[in-house]
Amino acid sequence: MVNFEINDKQYSAPDGTLIIQVADREHIAIPRFCYHPKLSIVASCRMCLVEVAKSPKPLPACATPVAEGMKIWTHSPCACDAQKSVMEFLLINHPLDCPICDQGGECELQDQALEYGKDVSRFTEGKRSVKDLDIGPLIKTDMTRCIHCTRCVRFGTEIAGMRELGATGRGEHMEIGTFLEQTVDSEVSGNVIDLCPVGALTSKPFHHKGRAWELQQVASIAPHDCVGSHVYVHTLRGEVMRVVPRQEDSINEVWISDRDRFSYSGLKSPDRLLKPLIKKNNEWVETDWDLALQFTIKSLQAILEKEGGRSVGALVSPSATLEECYLAQKWLRGMGISSIDHRLHRMDFSCDSGGPSPCPTFGLALTELENADTILLIGSHPRTEQPLINHRLAKAARKGAQIIMVNPIQYDFNFKVAAELTPSGGQLLHPLLGIMNALLSQKNERPHFAWLTPFLKNTVSTPEEKQVAEWLGRGNKKVAIFLGLQAQAHWHASALQLVAEALALFCQASLGYLTEGANSVGAWVSGVLPDQGPGGISLSEGKGLNAHSMVKTPLPAYVLFGGVEPEFDLANTVAARRALSESAFVVAFSPFRGGMCEQYAKVMLPIAAYTETEGTFINGEGRWQSFNAANPPPGEARPGWEVLRALTALCGGPGSLYSRSEEVRDELKHIVQNVPSVTLPSLEQRFRRIEPILSESKEGLRVVTEWPIYRVDSLVRRSKPLQDTAASPLFRARLNPKTASLYSIKGENKMRIRREGEFECILPVAVDKKIPENTVHIASALEGGGNMGQQGAVQVFLESNKDA
Amino acid sequence: MGFVISQSEQEEIDRWLLKYPPHQKQSAVLPALKIVQEKNGGWLATEHLDAVADYLSLPKIAVYEVASFYSLFDLKPVGKHKIYVCTNVSCMLAGSETIVGYLERRLGIKMGETTQDGCFTLKEAECLAACGGAPAMQIDNTYYENLTPEKIESILAGLNG
Repeated sequence: MVNFEINDKQYSAPDGTLIIQVADREHIAIPRFCYHPKLSIVASCRMCLVEVAKSPKPLPACATPVAEGMKIWTHSPCACDAQKSVMEFLLINHPLDCPICDQGGECELQDQALEYGKDVSRFTEGKRSVKDLDIGPLIKTDMTRCIHCTRCVRFGTEIAGMRELGATGRGEHMEIGTFLEQTVDSEVSGNVIDLCPVGALTSKPFHHKGRAWELQQVASIAPHDCVGSHVYVHTLRGEVMRVVPRQEDSINEVWISDRDRFSYSGLKSPDRLLKPLIKKNNEWVETDWDLALQFTIKSLQAILEKEGGRSVGALVSPSATLEECYLAQKWLRGMGISSIDHRLHRMDFSCDSGGPSPCPTFGLALTELENADTILLIGSHPRTEQPLINHRLAKAARKGAQIIMVNPIQYDFNFKVAAELTPSGGQLLHPLLGIMNALLSQKNERPHFAWLTPFLKNTVSTPEEKQVAEWLGRGNKKVAIFLGLQAQAHWHASALQLVAEALALFCQASLGYLTEGANSVGAWVSGVLPDQGPGGISLSEGKGLNAHSMVKTPLPAYVLFGGVEPEFDLANTVAARRALSESAFVVAFSPFRGGMCEQYAKVMLPIAAYTETEGTFINGEGRWQSFNAANPPPGEARPGWEVLRALTALCGGPGSLYSRSEEVRDELKHIVQNVPSVTLPSLEQRFRRIEPILSESKEGLRVVTEWPIYRVDSLVRRSKPLQDTAASPLFRARLNPKTASLYSIKGENKMRIRREGEFECILPVAVDKKIPENTVHIASALEGGGNMGQQGAVQVFLESNKDA
Repeated sequence: MGFVISQSEQEEIDRWLLKYPPHQKQSAVLPALKIVQEKNGGWLATEHLDAVADYLSLPKIAVYEVASFYSLFDLKPVGKHKIYVCTNVSCMLAGSETIVGYLERRLGIKMGETTQDGCFTLKEAECLAACGGAPAMQIDNTYYENLTPEKIESILAGLNG
């Protein structure tokens, strides 16, 4: 600790603390542009100059550490003079276009010019201007306004992990930009909009849409991944104008992903469902809520009476709020419907019959993640799936963590990966078994894992797997293991989960799940599962079908809740399309119409989208995060929980007792608190279930699918700016060059992919070295991609080029 | 990408890389650009910059920054010989304006331009650190001092166009 004075008052701070950090802590105002607490120090703008005793010149507060006995004045004539001069220099080339600048009203330059600037400019020479480059659909550039603080450049290097913006040219000709006209493609690029202290980088979708001081701000939670980032929703006259990050150092710090920032554009999609609609003689007819709800209940009851409780399948969005989830399962179970599920991407449920499923949390706090020593990610591409988890991983890697990936294809990581295992044919299970096998044969053998040995009798560990085992098996290290979205969607999902559990147990590691949607944990807690009720209680009777079985064999009726679009969201979209179009009755609770829903649904009920309803999401850490509505739903749309409350009441349940959504949440909380802890059957017992899988052949060609970053839910799919980014992939079957040549396929060809009796489709081919052998990699949920069946073994043929 | 750094250029760059720690390949970006520029017609196209970035495992923008910062790198086609005339204080006092004027008339181009036959590019240089021999100019890698129009004439003749 050192003692020093600021403005003649005594303070103390740890050695090495910068003057600006102490000033911020003590709420002493020091102007600044280039300094940002989350970025490195460059001291280039010189705005934070302060007077320091015995220093011949004023010093930059952002780059000067405090020292014992130091005397600092932030508002002395010397300091003020220096700050005023710097401000005058910064304004020399800055245009006076504040009236038409989107930053106006929330501009650091404007604010500080008011405080520290002179009233009149002495500069009479010509101002420089900079030609703007188009850097994509998200960020608007007006580089003439740039003051060269380089926050955006440092953000690229230090946070986004990819340098896309730079400072080119010299002196008067220095410009911040991409140099060549090209898009900025980072998945967190939008944060430079907040970082930019002036109006050089602003939000393109928000361009000239409103003034900062007209906007109303409501705190909310981001709805697209299990991180649960804190955001502010800014509205103007009841319409969402933009979404910006809300600082929460234990979750998203000061950042949010582009997906969370720009998805709001989808709220204004022409697809918004504004009134309850019933299909009569194949025509959609507007109706009122009463009629629509009664029609829904009567139709479902008729089918249930005729065909029994298993005749209706309910698919609930993993991004539905906790209150919606809880009320949905309560209403559905009250009706006698037991097939309820939120695990839409999943196709393998063989673990389900082995006891209750574990609550899919991270297994550790996000702040602990960046302090882990070894991290094993299985079937995970966090950069597109949970961009801010990726940021924590990058931080961990910078601190020296060994990060190991077991993935179906090679990805571009923006941090150092210690090992990347990409088995042929997407067979993720085999490297995991190899690692387990190597761990078991390490010197420090543990007798209580002896039962594992027979399961591994066919496994031979590769040198790479042995190396990974070496890293994982070192004692006294903090190890974290995660099952990502692709592990959960994998055809061996259950087996992967069990082997991961064994690995975690052996290495005394935490085991976590990086789940789909914003509220998978909440859906689990509310009992949106076919065999588990609220609080995760196993249902001894009345078990229903899981999401995959619901469509594999078509059911007479379906309930879709929360904007679920099975033709995009389910593991097997071919089966989903068939099942829904063959069913007698489908009711869709959704903010949107359009797409296939118009064909298969009989009733469409308009519910509020995420900014329009109050509710709660439980993030992957298990944090219950409630939020309020920021704007009213359009037309006659109502918050989902209110619709479900009305339905429960109509069915004679106690639904009308809730007057506020908090009561729903608190009722569930009460249930959760009183749930007895469950003991799972031993790992050994559960392992027996996967024994047949272990002896399966790993040969053969397999299709591996992946949901692209901006195709994960109905809202994102309707956000035009996100769809316009370079991250929107083309519909291609990607193949390794070796595999391609095996089937005499070339890059320009088309390929016929077939699974006997299930599906057949023809796709253009892209040859890509990042795809392991025997793997056909295809993006899911693309427009026109509905002919692709679920992942797994397929046959492929070269398609003649006639129709190319 | 069309351009690949040749074997001999790679060897030269590798010699520079040896001088720096292995994780600081960025340190070799200046010599690498210089080598590639010299061997490829005296200027750097985007594909040359990208190749250097790839070779040194740097983000492309990091190379663009350096190449656009230094006036010694030309990012547009230049003539066979680059003439840098110093116009800084000492040379100016010693008559660099006359030298510039003579060169412009003699070559029929303005400062910053290239002759139509592609032989010469005329560039203004800040201090060449040759004040003792002002006025001075640099043609390619050679310094010429105490310039007069006659001397320039013989220098240009010696370059064989």
